[in-house]
Amino acid sequence: MKKLLIVSLLLIMSVSLGLFAAGASEQADDTKDKTVIEFWTWRPEDIEFYDAQIAKFEAENPDIDVIQTAHKNTEYNTILAASLSGGSGPDVFQGRAYGGLATFADSGFLEPLEQWLPELKDYSATALLGATSPTDGKVYGSPAVSQTVFMYYNKGVYEELGLSVPRTWDEMIRNFEAVEKAGYIALGNGAKDGWTLETMLGGMGPAIYGGTDFYNAVIKGEKNFLDPAFIDMVETMKSLSKYLPDMYVGIGYEDMRGNFINEIAPHLIAGSYEAAYFRAQNPDLDFGIFAVPGRKAGDPAWVSVYADMNFAMNAASEKKDAAVRFLKFLSSKEFGKAMVSELKMVTSVPGVDASSDAFISDVLDLQKHATPYLFLVGFRYNQPTGSSLWQAAAQGVMAGTLSPREAAQQVQDGIASYYEPFQK
Amino acid sequence: MVHYLCTMENQGWNMNRRQRNTASWITLFVTPGLLIVGLFILLPLFMSLYNSLFSWNQLIRGEFVGLENFRRLLGTYPYRERFLNALGNNVTWFTSTMLIQNTLGLLFGFLLSRKIPGSQLFRRIFFIPVLFSIVAVGFLWGIYLKPSGLLNNFLDLVGLGSFKMPWLGMESLATPSIIMVNIWRWVGFPSLVFLAAIDNVPVECLEAAYLEGVSEWKLFWKIIFPLIIPAITIITVLTVIGSLNVFEQIYTMTGLDGAPNYSTDTIGTLFYRTAFGSIDAGSPEIGIGSAIGLVIYLLTFAISLASIFVTKRSEVQL
Repeated sequence: MKKLLIVSLLLIMSVSLGLFAAGASEQADDTKDKTVIEFWTWRPEDIEFYDAQIAKFEAENPDIDVIQTAHKNTEYNTILAASLSGGSGPDVFQGRAYGGLATFADSGFLEPLEQWLPELKDYSATALLGATSPTDGKVYGSPAVSQTVFMYYNKGVYEELGLSVPRTWDEMIRNFEAVEKAGYIALGNGAKDGWTLETMLGGMGPAIYGGTDFYNAVIKGEKNFLDPAFIDMVETMKSLSKYLPDMYVGIGYEDMRGNFINEIAPHLIAGSYEAAYFRAQNPDLDFGIFAVPGRKAGDPAWVSVYADMNFAMNAASEKKDAAVRFLKFLSSKEFGKAMVSELKMVTSVPGVDASSDAFISDVLDLQKHATPYLFLVGFRYNQPTGSSLWQAAAQGVMAGTLSPREAAQQVQDGIASYYEPFQK
Repeated sequence: MVHYLCTMENQGWNMNRRQRNTASWITLFVTPGLLIVGLFILLPLFMSLYNSLFSWNQLIRGEFVGLENFRRLLGTYPYRERFLNALGNNVTWFTSTMLIQNTLGLLFGFLLSRKIPGSQLFRRIFFIPVLFSIVAVGFLWGIYLKPSGLLNNFLDLVGLGSFKMPWLGMESLATPSIIMVNIWRWVGFPSLVFLAAIDNVPVECLEAAYLEGVSEWKLFWKIIFPLIIPAITIITVLTVIGSLNVFEQIYTMTGLDGAPNYSTDTIGTLFYRTAFGSIDAGSPEIGIGSAIGLVIYLLTFAISLASIFVTKRSEVQL
């Protein structure tokens, strides 16, 4: 009986092995003549979009198969670093911008792209800055999208209360008070997640510290973060806390978005990347955007802008020709247009008419007064980054444990520990 | 005589064979464990030591710099400030866990050993949270502790609305809140260890004490406590290790940056952030990160040894 059982088990195993082998060889036959390339993203929420785009690419390039893998945003850098350090990793992947790009480029993991993609010379200098290593000045990514930080507002509530888009800071505060009187939370932002306070700075800060003039001055070392304009900005941010939700220091990113989507708060300082999510979560929400205005009527209403994503190529890829063809597809006007119409993102691909989408058109309109997103663009190349210093210091200010001056000092000391223009 | 010698020879050969057999079996059973310890503990440890002795250009190992990374970590701004702040939080974790969790564990273990009504049920209830995934616990409690979360709603319900707080958003409350969640999850473990230790105290000792008319309080401090010192040693060492390696609870509840304003930062999150970078914290610094990793190991090792030494001295042998 035992023997019979063993024989039967062996038979089943050999039959299933045979079947498995047959299946595998069939599959191998199927992809024998194709070049398979790996493509990684940090956007699990966009898997379907990329699947559809990959299907288009594969139809035009029947000799190439693209396998997409999406990793969680917050774990992406670690996973990518580990696999590239190990000599493997994807052939083509979404790459971070500025300091995030430099990490991989300076380590020799990214292929310089100018020789492969001559069309890069047509991109704007702002877009290319996010894809260029400051170490050797080479371009390591094909710029994909830029993001803009501004104020979202609920058009329905504005209509209901007879409000109009503010042209000065005081008008904006009056709007806050009017919506608060009507029972809303004036501004939906919170302070639990430090990075959302950097977003807040990106939205309201430039109007107070003076936009690009201040940015250029700190980059050159002519001014620093102890400048009265910067401290004034920190104080002004703190003064907004009375319009924030109750216990705002415990309000995280998801709650902030919930406040706006659920029409509890008619204002939210956030990035252009939120629009598609807002629409998906509440299709009935009628929202608009405006740049936080300056103190006087004629002051420019700044929005912070930054390059957010590049498509990069693994320097160790053995399938560079196929990878370049896919990169060219990702840099095409057709793909750029799909990013606009489907993901509601401002594409960096030159020549794409983004104005066909009303939201993107509004974003482009606000970008007339674009200023670099202070800490991300200027101070994210060394540790401790300006971003991490600001986020922690801003949390201290919002919670009342640091004065605006102490917060500015914390940022200044941290950056001065490596930034030469501040050491003179 | 010859026969005797042959027998002796055979016996020797048999013994050698038996010894060889035993050695083979021991090797067979020990090798997988050794391989795992070697591959996942010793190798990373030595790699950390090795990496900490080099300068790093982003992800590429540069030149040998000796103890420079340790000097920067312990002697230069802002590494020193961040490290001492994180270590201070680890100390808070250790002292709070020892004082609250382990004291409660001892109390629960003692009460359960007294066979009070429902003790079997309580035993299970206390232990259930220990079985939960730490990440799931952190994530769920992160939701419960929101301003509009379960805890604040409960406080409202019982008329204690004035005590509602942004538990994870205030610098003074964030670390204590996470520690409390961890105690809620983990208190069942020391309770069961102490219960098992108390159950192992010889009945004769207890009976003799009862015959002498000793009170429960005296019975506990004079007889039970000295006899469960080995269990206390184990729990203390585990608390040291756990407190110095705190990571998941912080990561899931307040994030990798030890928010707000580094008030929940521990050397675990500082290590991860420094060695691997984060989206906002920027580029990885593998040299300094490896140095932090090594310091964590050395601290864990030294403090565990010290606590074993201290508690062993108070141990009582029957």
